Amino acid sequence: MATATAAENNTFRNEVIAQTPNGHRMLHCLQCGTCGGSCPSGADMELTPRALIALINAGQRDRVLSANTMWACVSCYYCTVRCPQEIPVTDIIYTLKRLSIAERRYKDTDAPALAKTFTDYVDKYGRSFEFGLATGYHLLSRPLSALKMGPMGFSMFTRGRMSLLPTKIRNIDQLQAIIHKAREIGARR
Amino acid sequence: MKYAYYPGCSLECNAAAYDMSVREVADLLGIRLQEIDDWNCCGATEYFSQDELTATAVIARNLALVDPQLKQLVAPCAACYLNLKKTDRLMGEHADLNQKVNEALAAGGLHYRPGTVTVRHMLDVICDDIGEAAVRDKVVKPLTGLRVAPYYGCQVVRPYPENDNPEYPIKMDNLLAWLGAEVVDYPVKAHCCGGHMTQISEPQAFELIRRLLQSAQDYEADLIVCMCPMCQLNLDGYQGRVNGYFNTEFKLPIVYFTQIMGIAFGLDPKKLGFGKELVAALPVIRAKVNGFAPQAAR
Repeated sequence: MATATAAENNTFRNEVIAQTPNGHRMLHCLQCGTCGGSCPSGADMELTPRALIALINAGQRDRVLSANTMWACVSCYYCTVRCPQEIPVTDIIYTLKRLSIAERRYKDTDAPALAKTFTDYVDKYGRSFEFGLATGYHLLSRPLSALKMGPMGFSMFTRGRMSLLPTKIRNIDQLQAIIHKAREIGARR
Repeated sequence: MKYAYYPGCSLECNAAAYDMSVREVADLLGIRLQEIDDWNCCGATEYFSQDELTATAVIARNLALVDPQLKQLVAPCAACYLNLKKTDRLMGEHADLNQKVNEALAAGGLHYRPGTVTVRHMLDVICDDIGEAAVRDKVVKPLTGLRVAPYYGCQVVRPYPENDNPEYPIKMDNLLAWLGAEVVDYPVKAHCCGGHMTQISEPQAFELIRRLLQSAQDYEADLIVCMCPMCQLNLDGYQGRVNGYFNTEFKLPIVYFTQIMGIAFGLDPKKLGFGKELVAALPVIRAKVNGFAPQAAR
């Protein structure tokens, strides 16, 4: 039994390492906690990055992928630049986001919905679309919040800071061909 | 000096003041910017959260579209800057990723060899390539008397620290001193504004924004200058909502560093995009800068 668990542990850890540039640095974690202590969102996390790495090493796939840590991360990279072992903590968190989204393990967060809306605009137009993001995503997931956004949105609009229509790049076919191919290559593994 | 220019989506609309002032200031300093023809979105943090290979390929299309005559690419937005730089870096360091990204690019008839383009931030171009003497030479209205808090945010100074100190960056402090401003040295100048967190968890985002405004106010800043559209949007656009949430009365104007440069250079505030910020900056500048043009009769 113990052997089976150890093998499982390695499976998850190896998976994270394989999908993260320089992810192997994770093997050198000292559990010093500099990452969590440096994190502006540490107080909002169920598990700090330090705990997350410990749980990855312990093969606790479910706990890791359903943690809110990834969705509280603001990508400020303090953990990454301060880690004495040069572990790319922020990039590990990106890998965990991708796994959590792909397997729908996330709970109580709108972050994956926001990411999906955002990338859908990029795929369709080649540009992001702030107004569409602000309205579409808010109206779908949090209508009350959309209401509160109203006055601010109005101020932004009157100052010419909000476009009501998305911009489309000229060569959208080229971008879509690249995206299509990248997804195909990604699915190969 | 001529550079390829990647404005990024925010600068098209929400951060138009940044684009306007970058172009005005660049023009005056002899920095020639050639916009990448038909550039696409860098995917911000959202694309990397979903699909690394596609995110990298989407970004690499922009690098592949840079005019082969140009070796340097300037991006004013922190997120765009980091994504472009990171993509070039990752492709250079990981042969397998490089090969896959180029296979995807080939589907669009493109190719990118990592290292071909050096990705730069506008602040670095101004401070390192143009330099102190040339900047000082253009100052016609020194910002004497104005207490300016430089706000660096995250993604220009981290994770790649080669252009400044990732804990205590100093480049914008220096630039502001060249302009004659009183530079506010406050402890949170490279802390996070929350990025897209306003869209995910307002309590978490608002607290991060509050800390920055509070610290700048405690250190008696008249205004904050920033170098990223997301930072400007969070600190300026959300300032009213933050005040409502915490029952605070912050009234700190937030402008781009290129806007305040333009003021010191005597350029027309309208052409620099002043008036687009929600917390008006010009009244503070008029009131504080010694010898600034007397208030226009209104």
